Amino acid sequence: MRTNDVILQTVTTIVSFMIILFSVQLFFAGHYHPGGGFIGGLMTSGALVLLLLAFDIKTVSKILPVDYKLLIAIGLLLAVGTGAGALLFDVPFLTHAYNYFNLPLLGKTSLHTAVIFDTGVYLVVIGVTMTIIQTIGVSE
Amino acid sequence: MLEAIIQISLLAVSISMIGLIYRVIVGPTTPDRVVALDALGVNLIAIIALASMLLHSKSFLEVILLIGILAFIGTVAFSKFLEKGAIIEHDRDH
Repeated sequence: MRTNDVILQTVTTIVSFMIILFSVQLFFAGHYHPGGGFIGGLMTSGALVLLLLAFDIKTVSKILPVDYKLLIAIGLLLAVGTGAGALLFDVPFLTHAYNYFNLPLLGKTSLHTAVIFDTGVYLVVIGVTMTIIQTIGVSE
Repeated sequence: MLEAIIQISLLAVSISMIGLIYRVIVGPTTPDRVVALDALGVNLIAIIALASMLLHSKSFLEVILLIGILAFIGTVAFSKFLEKGAIIEHDRDH
């Protein structure tokens, strides 16, 4: 017998977007406020887990055709690349740089290369969490 | 004055958490325990909000939203396990 979980699926479609917005806010606020790449990645994978709970793996991989193991590799590449990029400017490994730029909508903004490193952490956390959950959590 | 009110509220929330812990330990069925754990999460949110007022800090506001989301996901996962026996299905159609 198929159970009808229309309430769970309707709530999930609305709530998962709010969780993803919250995770993006946590990620970008990480430099000045509590948050950062780690907790942002965990919250994003929380939203994906909620999608997995309400739907199934087949549907979710159709919505988001992402290979999470590739995501780990891209994240590590970004983190190492930020560190190695410092070597091009004749400064020690993982030296970060920042400057102020005038962006069209945001005005005077401080752009920091630590954000790229944090993006690497974010992608690795999503990749590891989703790989573990998809490998262990599936019932055959 | 406000500090005394916050401390009284903390005491009240703590007493209600003790009642919920009693239900988690004693509760005859598993759904009783799941509902009690969900309510414990809500009470934890209340305690963090009161503590951040007591400490004059805005740094805990993310934690409040975080615990709300985690309690929701955890309760949904537990309920699905109780109802279907599987938390994540591979294919819903069979």
